[in-house]
Amino acid sequence: MSPDAAQQDTSQQASREFAPWNDPEERPLIRFLSVTKKFGEFTAIDDLTLDIYRREFFALLGPSGCGKTTLMRMLAGFEAPTGGTILLDGQDIVPVPPNRRPVNMMFQSYALFPHLSVRDNIAFGLKRSRMSREAIEERVAEMLRLTRLERFATRKPHQISGGQRQRVALARSLAKAPKLLLLDEPLGALDKKLRQETQFELMDIQERTGTTFVIVTHDQEEAMTVASRVAVMDEGRIVQVATPAEIYESPNSVYVADFIGDVNLIEGTARPKGENRVEIDWAEGQPPLIAASQERLAPGTRVHFAIRPEKVAISSERPAQAANAFRGRVHDIAYLGNISTYHVMLENGHLIMAQTANSRRISRRGFSWEDTVWLSWTDSAGVVLTR
Amino acid sequence: MTRRFSWFNATSLTLGFAFLYLPMVILVIYSFNASRLVTVWAGFSTKWYGELLRNEAFLKAAWVTLKVALLSSTLATVLGTMAAYALVRAGRFPGRTLFSGMIYAPLVMPEVITGLSLLLLFIAIGLDRGVLTIVLAHTTFSMCYVSVVVSARLVSFDRSLEEAALDLGCTPFDAFRSVTLPIIAPAVISGWLLAFTLSLDDLVIASFTAGPSSTTLPIKIFSAVRLGVSPEINALSSILILIVTVGVVSAALVSKRTILRREAEARKARRQ
Repeated sequence: MSPDAAQQDTSQQASREFAPWNDPEERPLIRFLSVTKKFGEFTAIDDLTLDIYRREFFALLGPSGCGKTTLMRMLAGFEAPTGGTILLDGQDIVPVPPNRRPVNMMFQSYALFPHLSVRDNIAFGLKRSRMSREAIEERVAEMLRLTRLERFATRKPHQISGGQRQRVALARSLAKAPKLLLLDEPLGALDKKLRQETQFELMDIQERTGTTFVIVTHDQEEAMTVASRVAVMDEGRIVQVATPAEIYESPNSVYVADFIGDVNLIEGTARPKGENRVEIDWAEGQPPLIAASQERLAPGTRVHFAIRPEKVAISSERPAQAANAFRGRVHDIAYLGNISTYHVMLENGHLIMAQTANSRRISRRGFSWEDTVWLSWTDSAGVVLTR
Repeated sequence: MTRRFSWFNATSLTLGFAFLYLPMVILVIYSFNASRLVTVWAGFSTKWYGELLRNEAFLKAAWVTLKVALLSSTLATVLGTMAAYALVRAGRFPGRTLFSGMIYAPLVMPEVITGLSLLLLFIAIGLDRGVLTIVLAHTTFSMCYVSVVVSARLVSFDRSLEEAALDLGCTPFDAFRSVTLPIIAPAVISGWLLAFTLSLDDLVIASFTAGPSSTTLPIKIFSAVRLGVSPEINALSSILILIVTVGVVSAALVSKRTILRREAEARKARRQ
């Protein structure tokens, strides 16, 4: 995750003013109210409540089988909830069939019609609305321009590349100017480089059209890059809904911390120490961990301390001022070009990852295998999790 | 890898094909015989084809056959496609295996039984035997073939294409008409050709369900042959062989071409 940390910072800055979820006056565009979906005995969505606001780029993130696709298919109208209500713009959309919803979807497989040209694919939905032929032509031309597909208008889907097909699918689903656009793993079929380019293109198009986007993905990097808010899902429930930065820096559970990026998890027993501070006993013969905690924890609570590898400093001497410092041995080094990850084994056998940025091109490599090093971090570098 | 020529393979191939096609080849050759005697060669002639064209009874039978084949294959295609669509799309439901089994059962049912049961049904409901009854009978048995061909295509059909059509504002019927049907059209066409060919050369079921005024060509040939083989019959049979061959070959070509095109597209897509 951390290679993109800088990039996220800027995207967060850009969207700092945009936070309708904090505005009590704002009415959500989509409301899931206690929605449950069962397939036979299997519960895909379990009593889920969620608000999504206008102009949001909302990501549903989770492993396969967590219910994110079911949630999206209920918005499109391909699945009906077993219980609960789904409101779109204040209107209950559960009884509305898919062809009457102001919602369009971009399919994972793109689902382009193979017998129609790029132009006819984009015009397909427009031709089924009450639009004049001139208006349709104009709209198609606009969509072709937006997705830079003018040159391929007469080609069939099998005559264009994967990236172009992805753009046709996007243009087709945007053509009817839906209130809500659903994207089902939209970039899954693209290779990494093209995927990154397309992510920015998507964000750009989303901003320009002002459409509300809901994206389903299992790729946490993708969710973090594009989304204004991310909902992390697990087994039909939402574990946490927050901005990418909050999800990354203040996960509310071990599940979220572990799912997003790399993390060191240390289990221990909490011992509150004054205001907002807690000491965690985690191993025999090791000093306790000192951490800041918002929550008032009862003494003896079992907790997990989560700290990101890039927040762990590595040095050869014991740092003079550090809330936490532990001695260990370099067990493994992963050189990734821009960063290096050190796997350090503490004296009690616990492995901790520490990351350093390789900001200089040619430098003496700091540490080598089997070196004795000190790992340290401040008291606010990690989070204390109770679930 | 180039395989060496093997006398054993060549011989078995020749024998096999001779076994399959020699009777037909002889029939076609003798249809060009100048002699009235079927087994005595007396030089090349096309006069029996000319005779055939002047034979009212044969022409009438040919017209009945064509009418029956066109109607029944079209009807069978509509019904067979609907059945295939329902079975493939309905997903899992109790008795699904039973239903699909029941659709395919007529494929292995002895024709005599199919014919007899249809005859009994038509008598029971008081339907006079004629073109209509043959059409119904042929539809019944050729519909299974259409259904087999179409459902094979539908199984590999990407369901999300239909969902995309619905999502873009189509009613379910509109989605079927404007997306599903054009894409599965090759399978539907080859199903139609198959049904057409089957109807064209059916003797058993037609003889059960035909009335006195609606003799089909196979029935006509069969009854004519019982009075002795004439060179005219040879000529007629040659024409029938030609029509059936064209039907079957074009059905195969249509589906073969679709498969090839799909493979080429997939290859291209992988490369991009």
